[in-house]
Amino acid sequence: MARRATPEVNAGSMADIAFLLLIFFLVTTTIEKDKGIARQLPPKEDVVDPPKIKEKNLFIVNVNRSDQLLVEEKLMELKDLRQAAIAFLDNGGAPSGSPEYCNYCKGKRDPESSDNPDKAVISVQNDRLTSYKMYIAVQNELVAAYNFLRDRESERLYGWKFTEKSKDLDEGKIKGEAAKEALQEKLENVQKLFPLKLSEAEPKKSGQ
Amino acid sequence: MSKFKKKKDGGLPAISTASLPDIVFMLLFFFMVVTVLRDDNLLVQNKLPKADQVEKLKKDRSVYIYAGKPSSRYQDKYGSEAKIQIGDKYTDLSNIKFALTEARQKLLPELQDKVMVALKVDEKTNTGMVTDIKQELRDLNMLKIIYITTPGNEINP
Repeated sequence: MARRATPEVNAGSMADIAFLLLIFFLVTTTIEKDKGIARQLPPKEDVVDPPKIKEKNLFIVNVNRSDQLLVEEKLMELKDLRQAAIAFLDNGGAPSGSPEYCNYCKGKRDPESSDNPDKAVISVQNDRLTSYKMYIAVQNELVAAYNFLRDRESERLYGWKFTEKSKDLDEGKIKGEAAKEALQEKLENVQKLFPLKLSEAEPKKSGQ
Repeated sequence: MSKFKKKKDGGLPAISTASLPDIVFMLLFFFMVVTVLRDDNLLVQNKLPKADQVEKLKKDRSVYIYAGKPSSRYQDKYGSEAKIQIGDKYTDLSNIKFALTEARQKLLPELQDKVMVALKVDEKTNTGMVTDIKQELRDLNMLKIIYITTPGNEINP
């Protein structure tokens, strides 16, 4: 039997077909890059007995309808907000020897400002007509203040930066369950030193 | 005739393009793998505010809420007041709960309790609208939210 040789398939147009597909996927691709500021909302329940917060432990940031900042009754530029928040959180005004004394604070220890980071609460009040851009900018600055202090403490305690390690953990760069748990615990320790205490008041109706 | 033939022996040999399909296929597979086909059709303007103290969003457990002015091509029909969009359609504030519950059901069952609400809000929107949305979320007991932003900083852009 004479075997008939099968003719070679012409593969010349393969590249064209592949290019066509490639261009289709190139056009439709959106590489996901969603990042943002995460928040936990307070659960909806009636607070019977709202905890009393001393005036000196409260840092009030007020944003009006034309996006101006009023921080502790003083007009302030956005660029100074971070430093002001750091100074407030890091103040550690409780006298040494008292149970509230903050031994890792490096602030001015002004008795008129916050006692310790655990007591210090930042309260943001917005007008309903404040722009979302300004709202996010303020939130960003306040988170930055916390991150700065947490970085400082984690460097002192463990020799690495809090923000970098928590990012590594998020991106799955830390391998092994034990390592993850150890890191998680250390991160929580640092968080405990500077707990995020941001409160948001119900925004006022414009003009009030 | 022989005029043309002479040139040939001095010329460069043709470059082989035999491996071209392989290269293209490699690229093709890369893009096929990373492609996520857009699932929401944006009906609102969505220029996100800038921030740099950010966390990554876990996409498998999130529900998106968009808010902003209607895109220019819808403005004749819907006006220029800021609107909320969930999924593929505009939603009223009163209807948010229903729309969100529906959106949540599309997630994997084991992740439905850990749901995170991603707020993609245009930077020109009023904070009041965001607050209204947050109140609805509190009613629904979906307390984890994330404000989606673009990289950058408002102070030195």
